[in-house]
Amino acid sequence: MIKDESQKFPRATGNPKQRARLLAALFVAQEQFGWLSTEAIERVSERLALQSGQVRSTASFYSMFKLEPQGEFRIQVCEGLSCYLVGGAEPIIDYLSNLLGIQPGETTPDGKFTLEIVQCIAACGSAPALRVNDTLYEHMTLESIEQLIKSLQEGE
Amino acid sequence: MNTSHSSSSTTFQPVLTRNIHRPGSERISTYLDHGGYQAVRKALAMKPEEIIEQVKQSGLRGRGGAGFPTGTKWGFMPQDSELPKIIAVNTDEGEPGTFKDREIVEQDPHQVIEGVIIAAYAVGATRAYVYIRGEFFLGVKRWIKAIADAYEYGFLGEDILGRGFNLEMSVHRGAGAYICGEETAMLESLEGKRGLPRRKPPYPISAGLFGLPTLVQNIETLACIPHIIERGPEWFASIGTAESKGPKIYSVSGHVNRPGNYELPLGISLEEIIYKHAGGIPRGKRLKAVIPGGVSTPMLPADQVEVPMAFETLKEAGSALGTGAIIVMDETTCMVEAARRISKFFAHESCGKCTPCRIGSQRIFEIMDRIEKGLGHPGDIELLLEMVNGIDGHTFCPMGSALVNPVRSAIQHFRGEFEYHITNKNCLVKAQMPK
Repeated sequence: MIKDESQKFPRATGNPKQRARLLAALFVAQEQFGWLSTEAIERVSERLALQSGQVRSTASFYSMFKLEPQGEFRIQVCEGLSCYLVGGAEPIIDYLSNLLGIQPGETTPDGKFTLEIVQCIAACGSAPALRVNDTLYEHMTLESIEQLIKSLQEGE
Repeated sequence: MNTSHSSSSTTFQPVLTRNIHRPGSERISTYLDHGGYQAVRKALAMKPEEIIEQVKQSGLRGRGGAGFPTGTKWGFMPQDSELPKIIAVNTDEGEPGTFKDREIVEQDPHQVIEGVIIAAYAVGATRAYVYIRGEFFLGVKRWIKAIADAYEYGFLGEDILGRGFNLEMSVHRGAGAYICGEETAMLESLEGKRGLPRRKPPYPISAGLFGLPTLVQNIETLACIPHIIERGPEWFASIGTAESKGPKIYSVSGHVNRPGNYELPLGISLEEIIYKHAGGIPRGKRLKAVIPGGVSTPMLPADQVEVPMAFETLKEAGSALGTGAIIVMDETTCMVEAARRISKFFAHESCGKCTPCRIGSQRIFEIMDRIEKGLGHPGDIELLLEMVNGIDGHTFCPMGSALVNPVRSAIQHFRGEFEYHITNKNCLVKAQMPK
């Protein structure tokens, strides 16, 4: 017979309304910690009275939540069909990869840039498009990208 | 093709986008100066069932992709229930090719808020949750500011306009998951969980957010509501075709001279949108194929470009209106590559809940990828078609059909290109290009 030992474990979920604050809490934590480290996940789970496994499981589902350290500037290049058709996607990704000396998914050793390939960013009408942190850049060319990286390196 | 019920754009005046080019279009003052929040005054003086009746008469169908009749959906809201009722506003625009909701939120959020208030009053909802795509940083800011202003002016909160109607509204950010555009996945995400779709039934209208009766509606649909109330359902129903009424925002991208959002009547031909409004194809190239409603809708070859953009006509043509996101591809486009790229998107975005989609999307991408790279095997096309038939209709949510549509339609219309890639280990389009 299987013994009921459920009382040994804390309750799996608290108030459902409390859980509904999880995504917002993860955004706050990510902004404070730069990424969702174990410490950040623990902090969120304490504050919302959730299991850290629940918090990590939810965070891992969404592409905007980062479970690894990120560079100061997260460069996200769209590889969607509309960007590709007008000369975006791979040519831009390859160019940035060469310029920064990193592969997509990697961060420069100085912690300045992370290069990421993303799916459609709803800027198909102004493609090719990319995003750096919260800012959308549209109608990009290799020249304008070079300028952009330069200005970010020099710290605007 | 039957084009007898095709609309024309010659007399059409923009409705949903009429304010977006004004300076400060996102502000409540601009909205009020141009007749904003008049419809809500009218609506709150009406009986809720009168509003639902008018929305039914208008013929409005959901703009999020499924095209369900809006008034009918509102009529499903249980009226004998003591439970609080919810309205959930879907701004989780993620379908590649679509960028209309972003523009509405950024440029004219009050139009949507007015639509939400009227919809909430009609169905008896007292709580509105706005779910917005996490990457819409400007949209989030504009939503929050617009809601705060609407509270200040007495359009939200308690006893709205002294009519005894209460409505609270708040904004919730998604965090990057295409599947959260599916209504039940969106509700899971609003509850702070992984965005996995729920089994239907129960439909959200009877048991949605926190198990409460929930009306889920796309923002372009909601933006139509104030205009229906103000100008009457007959006016709205006079625009469009037999089964597709009203104005529609078409997002046009790819190989056109003037990509962008175009608000035009439903029923206008794809050809007119591409050549008259979006300026035709650059450098005098010939049209090859068009995706008419976002990447989840089947692509159409150039000889079907006269099709009217309406639910019924696109269905007849073997595709769908979807979100009305038109992706134009000229003769230089390799259709194997176009389909491969779309397959990659769906493989990336599968939520993993059910096997046909989780494994199927990945395997389809792998096969498409090897064909494109010249590593395809004889029999790969048949294998793809077999997989597509195994997935379609056998997944937990509509994403199954979404992921097979581009692959199946690409093979259907451009099978020769796939065969060439496999046999010659090379691209037919590149081989035919002038050296």
